[in-house]
Amino acid sequence: MTTTEMMTLKTEPFMLNFGPVHPSTHGVYRMRATLDGEVILDIEPVVGYLHRGIEKLTEERTYSGIIPLTDRLDYISPMSNNLGYCLAVEKLAGIKVPERAEYLRVIIAELQRLANHCIAVGSFLNDTGAYYTPFMYAFREREKIIDLFDMVCGQRLTYSYMRIGGVSQDIPDEFLPALNKLVEQLSRWVDEYDFLLMQNEILLARTKGVGILPRETAINCGISGPVARGSGVNWDLRKADPYSVYDRFEFDIPQGENGDCYDRYRVRVEEMRQSLRIIKQAMNDVPAGPVRADVPHLIRPPKGEAYAHVEAPKGELGYYLVSDNSIAPYRCHIRPTSLINLTALREMVKGWKVADLIAIFGSIDITMGEVDR
Amino acid sequence: MATPDLLIRTLPMQAVPPDWPGGYWWHWLFFTVVLIAFVLTMVMAVIYVERRGLGRMQSRLGPNRTGPFGLLQPVADAVKVLLKENIVPDKADKLVHWLAPVIAFAPVLMIFAVVPFQNGALLADLNIGILYVVAISSVATVGVFMAGWGSSNKYSLLGAMRNVAAVVSYEMPLVLAVVGVVLVAGSLSMNQIVLAQDLPFILFQPLGFLIFFAAGCAEINRSPFDLMEADQELVAGFHTEYSGMKFAMFYLVEYAEAIAIAAIITTLFLGGWRGPLLPPWLWFIVKIFVVFFIMVWTRSTFPRVRIDQLMAFAWKFLFPLALINLFITAIQVLIWPDALPWILIIVNFAIMGILILLWSKLFKLGWGRLEV
Repeated sequence: MTTTEMMTLKTEPFMLNFGPVHPSTHGVYRMRATLDGEVILDIEPVVGYLHRGIEKLTEERTYSGIIPLTDRLDYISPMSNNLGYCLAVEKLAGIKVPERAEYLRVIIAELQRLANHCIAVGSFLNDTGAYYTPFMYAFREREKIIDLFDMVCGQRLTYSYMRIGGVSQDIPDEFLPALNKLVEQLSRWVDEYDFLLMQNEILLARTKGVGILPRETAINCGISGPVARGSGVNWDLRKADPYSVYDRFEFDIPQGENGDCYDRYRVRVEEMRQSLRIIKQAMNDVPAGPVRADVPHLIRPPKGEAYAHVEAPKGELGYYLVSDNSIAPYRCHIRPTSLINLTALREMVKGWKVADLIAIFGSIDITMGEVDR
Repeated sequence: MATPDLLIRTLPMQAVPPDWPGGYWWHWLFFTVVLIAFVLTMVMAVIYVERRGLGRMQSRLGPNRTGPFGLLQPVADAVKVLLKENIVPDKADKLVHWLAPVIAFAPVLMIFAVVPFQNGALLADLNIGILYVVAISSVATVGVFMAGWGSSNKYSLLGAMRNVAAVVSYEMPLVLAVVGVVLVAGSLSMNQIVLAQDLPFILFQPLGFLIFFAAGCAEINRSPFDLMEADQELVAGFHTEYSGMKFAMFYLVEYAEAIAIAAIITTLFLGGWRGPLLPPWLWFIVKIFVVFFIMVWTRSTFPRVRIDQLMAFAWKFLFPLALINLFITAIQVLIWPDALPWILIIVNFAIMGILILLWSKLFKLGWGRLEV
C-alpha cells in the first residue's frame, strides 16, 4: 500500500446495541446505535421490554382499583400519576373535592416533583460521569421526602395516596412541623448541590451546547415538562390550565434559552426552588375540614368521556377516560410523558459522540415504566 | 552459559549498591519478593482507602461489615473474585483473551524496580531510571488493547481504542514534564533525583507537577479521564468480558498502576522517601497515600470528559504548557544555576498561575458535533 492509500483507509459504520440491559438506559430502554467510530450516525429506539398492559388492565378494574396501577406507571413519581387519574375520574363523575384535600394534594404533588427532580438531576450528573456523588447527594434529599410520604400514607414507593374525591387519609399532627423543617433543609441542600457542580468546567463542556432541542421541534413533537421549558417553551399546565388550587399560588416558570442539556438541568434545579415556594405558601394556609368527598366505593360515572392532565414532574401527564356507566372504564388511555419526550431523541443525538448520547438521554429524564406501560 | 559473575559484570555495576550484603543475586531475590508483596498489599490498602473514601465523600458509609471498620473488605473482594467462574466468550480470540491480563500486569510490576524506597533501597538503580519507567509504563496499553480486541465485544473494543488514543497522546506532556525534573535534578536515575531534592521539586516545578498529575491520571484511567472503562457508556470498557481470576488481574492492574503513578509522583516531585522524623520507607508510603487520596478526591468530584475533549486537553492544553515549562526550566537551569531557591519558587509559582489562567482563557474544551 502506498501512503495515500493508507491515508484513505476505508472505514465502515458499525452497530452498537445500547440496552435493554445497560447501566445507563434508566431501565430497559434499548437503542440500536449506528456508529462511525465514536460518532453517532443514527439511533433506532426499541421500546416495549417493560410492557405490562396497564391500559388494558384498567378495563377490568373498578375506578378506585385502578389507582394502584397508576403508581406503577412512572414509579419515580407515583403521587403525580395518582393525582392525574383522580382528576380525570372526578371530572368524569362530577365530584367536588374538599378544600383541605386540594391543598394536601398540591403539597404532596410538589414534594413529589422535588423527589423526582432529585433523581433526574442526580442520575443526569451521574450519566455525565460524576461517579455517583451527585446521585448519592440527591438520594439523601429524596429519602427525607419519602419519609414524609411514609408518614402520610405508610408507603415509600407505591403510594396510592390520592383517592377519588380527595386523599386516602388526613395528615398526622406531626406532618406539618416535619414538612416545615424539611423545606428549610431542602432549600439549603438544593443550593448545596447546585453549588457543587453548576460552574464545574468539565460539566459545562459536557453539557453546554450539547443535544440542542430547538424550540419548534419541541413544540412539534409535543414535548412537555422541563425538556420543553429548557428549550424556551413557556408551557406549564399549572399556569396554562390550572387544576386543583394551583391558581392560588405564586410561582415562576423557569425557562432555558438554548435547549441544551445544561438548560434542562438548570430548569430542573430552578423548578425545585419554585416547588419549595409553592409548598411554603400552601402549608401556611391548609384549611380545616374533611379530606375526602363522600364518594361511593363503586363509582358509576355517567356515560361520557373526560380528559384530565396534570403537570407531572416529567411533563404533561394526561388520562383519557371513557365511561359506559359501569363500574369499570370502557377505555383508559394514558398520555405518557416519557414516551413522547423521547420522540425527539434521535434528532438530538445525531452527530454527537457516544458519551453525549448517554448525557442527552439522561437529560430527558424518563422512566421506563411510563414509556412502556 | 554465562555464570552469575559474568552476568553481573555485563550489567551496569551501579545497579547494585556496593555495600549491599550477599551480592547481586541476594539483592535481586530480596527485592523481587519485597516488591511483589509491597504491590499486592498496597493494592489492598488503596482499595480500602478508595472505597471508604468514596463512601465518605458520597455521604454514605462505605464497606463496614467485614472486619473492624471494614478493613477486611479487600480480602473479601479478592476471595470472591478468585472463586468466580472464568467465562470466556464463545467468539473471543482465546489466546489473546487469556494473555491480556498478564501482559497488562507485568509492566506495572516492573515499574517498581527502579522506585527507591529509601536511599539506595531499590531493585535496580538504573542510571536511566525515569526513562525506563516512561518506556515500560506504556507497555501495559498493549495488554489493555489485547483485552479489548480479544474479547470480541464492541464495548471492549471502543474502550481499548480510547485507551490507546489517550496513552499515545498523554505520553507527550508526561515525558515533557519529567524532562523538567530531570533538568533540575541533573540525573535520570530515580535515586539521584530523590537525593537532589533538598526541597521537593513540586516547589520548583509546580506546573510540571500539575501536568504530570493530569497526564498520569489519564494514562492510568483515573477520573476525570476514565473513558476507557466509562461505566455509564461502555459498561466496563475493555474488561467487560472478563470474569474471575482474569478480571482480578485487571482490577489489580488498575490499582497497581495508580500506586505506580503515585510512587513516581512522590519520587519526582514530593521528595521521595525524604522527610523528617519518620523512617524513610514510611515517608514514601505516606506520600503515596496522599497522592492516591487526591486521585480518589477527583474521582468523586468531577464528571468525565468526552473523548475529543480528552484529546484536545492533551494536545492543546497540556502539550504547549509542558513545552513552555520545559523551556523556562531550561533557561533557569542555564542562566541562574545558583539562584536562591525561594526566589525561583516564587517566580515559578507566578509563571504557573499566569500560564494556566492565560491558557484557560484561550482554550475551551469545546463541543464537537459533526454533521452527519
